[in-house]
Amino acid sequence: MAFSVVGKSVQRVDAVAKVTGKAKYTDDFYERDMLVGKILRSPYAHAKVKKIDVSKAKALPGVEAVLTYWDVPHLKFATAGHPYALDPSHRDKEDRFILTDKARFVGDAVAAVVATDELIAQQALQLIEVEYEVLEALTTPEKALGEGAPLIHEDCERNILAARGYHIGDVEASFAESDYVIEGEYETSIVQHCHLENHISYARQDSDGRIIIVSSTQIPHITRRIVAQALGLPWGRVRVLKPYIGGGFGNKQDVCVEPLNAAMTLAVGGRPVKLELSREECMIDTRTRHAFKFKMKTGVSKAGKLKGIQIEAISNTGAYASHGHSIAMSAGTKFRPLYAFESIKYDPVTVYTNLPAAGAMRGYGVPQIQFALESHIEDIVNKLGFDPIEFRRRNLAGVGYVDPLSKNKVYSNGLAECITKGKELIRWEEKQAGYSRQSGDRRRGLGLACFAYASGTHPVGLELSGARIVLNQDGSVQLQIGATEIGQGSDTVFAQMAAEVLGLPMDMVHVISTQDTDITPFDTGAYASRQTYIAGMAVKKAALEVKEKILNFVWGMTDIPAEMLDLKEQNVVYKHSGEVVLPLAEVAMHTYYDTVFAQPITSDTSNNARVNAMSFGVTFAEVEIDLKTGKIEVKEIFNVHDSGKIINPKLAEGQVHGGVSMGIGYALSEQMLFDEETGKPLNNNLLDYKLPTIMDTPDIGVAFVETEEPSGAFGVKSLGEPPAISPAPAIRNAVLAATGVKFNRLPMNPQRVFEKFKQAGLI
Amino acid sequence: MLKKISFTVNGKALSLEIDIRESLLEVLRTRLGFTGVKKGCGVGECGACTVLIDGTPIDSCIYLAVWAEGKSITTIEGVASKDGELSKVQQAFVEEGAIQCGFCTPGLVLTTTALAESGKEYTREELKRELSGHFCRCTGYNNILKAAEKSLKPEEHQCACGHHGEK
Ligand code: FES
Ligand code: FES
Repeated sequence: MAFSVVGKSVQRVDAVAKVTGKAKYTDDFYERDMLVGKILRSPYAHAKVKKIDVSKAKALPGVEAVLTYWDVPHLKFATAGHPYALDPSHRDKEDRFILTDKARFVGDAVAAVVATDELIAQQALQLIEVEYEVLEALTTPEKALGEGAPLIHEDCERNILAARGYHIGDVEASFAESDYVIEGEYETSIVQHCHLENHISYARQDSDGRIIIVSSTQIPHITRRIVAQALGLPWGRVRVLKPYIGGGFGNKQDVCVEPLNAAMTLAVGGRPVKLELSREECMIDTRTRHAFKFKMKTGVSKAGKLKGIQIEAISNTGAYASHGHSIAMSAGTKFRPLYAFESIKYDPVTVYTNLPAAGAMRGYGVPQIQFALESHIEDIVNKLGFDPIEFRRRNLAGVGYVDPLSKNKVYSNGLAECITKGKELIRWEEKQAGYSRQSGDRRRGLGLACFAYASGTHPVGLELSGARIVLNQDGSVQLQIGATEIGQGSDTVFAQMAAEVLGLPMDMVHVISTQDTDITPFDTGAYASRQTYIAGMAVKKAALEVKEKILNFVWGMTDIPAEMLDLKEQNVVYKHSGEVVLPLAEVAMHTYYDTVFAQPITSDTSNNARVNAMSFGVTFAEVEIDLKTGKIEVKEIFNVHDSGKIINPKLAEGQVHGGVSMGIGYALSEQMLFDEETGKPLNNNLLDYKLPTIMDTPDIGVAFVETEEPSGAFGVKSLGEPPAISPAPAIRNAVLAATGVKFNRLPMNPQRVFEKFKQAGLI
Repeated sequence: MLKKISFTVNGKALSLEIDIRESLLEVLRTRLGFTGVKKGCGVGECGACTVLIDGTPIDSCIYLAVWAEGKSITTIEGVASKDGELSKVQQAFVEEGAIQCGFCTPGLVLTTTALAESGKEYTREELKRELSGHFCRCTGYNNILKAAEKSLKPEEHQCACGHHGEK
């Protein structure tokens, strides 16, 4: 089908606001006499607060309030940004208080101050006297699971948050029937989102005493609920606004600062209080990505068919549950539509430790498991002498796959074409021939890795999304969505969708980018790569409803039946000929001012989706390794995606660039380091945490195989998270091809690479 | 301690009393309302707070406001023309899809503006080096580099005034 706006690289709707500095982020709203909130953090990874003396801090001029565990409501709440579940057994683990009486990681919030400025707040923190009873710091899952280890949360035996797995088929039988059974162990590191804007919010009470919070969040409606729960307020007493936000990547799909910020404003009679985390705080007291350890065991036939796989996983969720249990399940779920395994046994254990809490980060468990799985597949291929591309291709689950547990059916799958395309782009065959016999200090190699991902969370979570459209007098429309723009470009693609249905140019669709829970339609927010797919359908439905109302109105005006009419280029036209019947603006004026028939046209629609489309893709990477220094350079990298129909190629390409860059960082340099004994963070800043710079980032090749997904508006599937999944294993497999050395642990930074080369006798 | 300083921001001469401990970032954002100056770290690591001081890109978070005495400062708010026409650099960032969340954008536009106005030619590698003080977590830098290259294209760089969007 030919579209006029969908599928075009139209300019982002917020580009000019952002490039001129006019776009307003949370910190850009200034309230007079805004107070400043600051947090006192535990220096110990695991310690009970025995006594806190705040009298000196309170006495400091300029200090308006000091809060401790004893000053805030004792209502345990969960922070993960999931829709509320009516069924209590489906709710997230409630293991948080606004301030704690037991520190569970270095940096845990034990007290807070509100003062007239930052310096006074800082001074006041130093005046708070805390007496701790220091407990053993459990800095690894092994320690936390160990015999006699102290409990981080009293109600979780052996420090296990969750250990729910599944069986599909009978793996033991599959292994017995296999010609080979191959095992491998793989490990990923703790990394951090490093969105450029740190977590920040400000809160105040309005004249009715309701709490107003402006926050850099991906999930305004969920934040409203969680703040109310944490404070024991009716949910309607809280209002959350989300302006432009400087990146999130999942870290703002969690409620980190808002409940405390709300408690702060309540403590000072509703005056505005800003709570802004520094980079150092943000890197430890928001969320990180779970480190996983995997043991994989796979049965393979002589003919190169994957039979059964057994996966044991240990996930380190840190001090609080956040998304922990759900991420281990996501890891075990999303890879299933990729390869046609006869049987799968998945046994994850999610363990509390005394490290910063891990949560959602772009890919939600899948970058971890795909690093392991695609490394494991490569090891199988190597051992058995198969071709890595053909082996994968032969085992693809393909279209028609029905997930035995979720019952999701795959209606579109372009992965085989993605592989073909990627192989051509990187010139695999031609290069491979040249790399077969290498000597010297510089070696080159090629690798690939595939992935599968979902679009939203159905059937695990509710997938509800709202859109509202209002036709203005001039024939333009306002589009309101509950889905949040966090940089990924969702506002623009929603505007394109509305413009397409309504026959409007982009500048006649005014997207309201700020979400305000008092006004904005309900939506659970930006996560799970759901928005273009789930909210996109809501936008399409709302636009179709407006269109229907317009055409019916014109029927009344002209006596031409609605079914003979269409909307095109701001006109109401005859469907059969395109001949103009009335300009849309003229119709719009009548909807407002006709003394008899006026009735402004609006629609307010929800999409409660009970579908989930699988997206697929592959990374092809070429690396050059300097054996002498251990430096791995990515020479070429291509990501080829099947994300269904691409609504805006330029924006889609940008998503892939960003995801691949994050994947390269994950592969080669990023990791959060902690002292093993004390749990103290060692590199929670942007100097010591090795985030890729422009100099570390190669040209990133992007291609799409556009399948037609019947369940998505205009044929779309997910795209936001997928690009970050497969670069790390592709790079790892390329290094293996170049050197024969298996890196089963991330990151492959020069130090680790060098040591491993030495062990392997390469240098 | 308070001190009076005089400087120029986006072509406008200003005099104000500041606390000598304040950074230029704080003064620009909270005292003068130039909220296009972004703060990503506050300690000179990320480049989000970059402004031009007498034409040179500087992290304003680690530049004391008192040092700005007598200097001419350009923030992102001063880059487009008065009637809102984007500069060539801004236009290039928009066209090349170099903007996602936009938090790194003001800093990058200003550094690129300084490079464009220097009249020098840069190789790709040199350009990358010049821009490497700016973190961007969203874009993977590819389109930022394209935008910078487009901004510096010699044939579009004839007018001496440099920045008001001559096409
Ligand atoms: S805020 Fe100044 S360099 Fe990061
Ligand atoms: S666009 Fe988000 S940090 Fe650069």
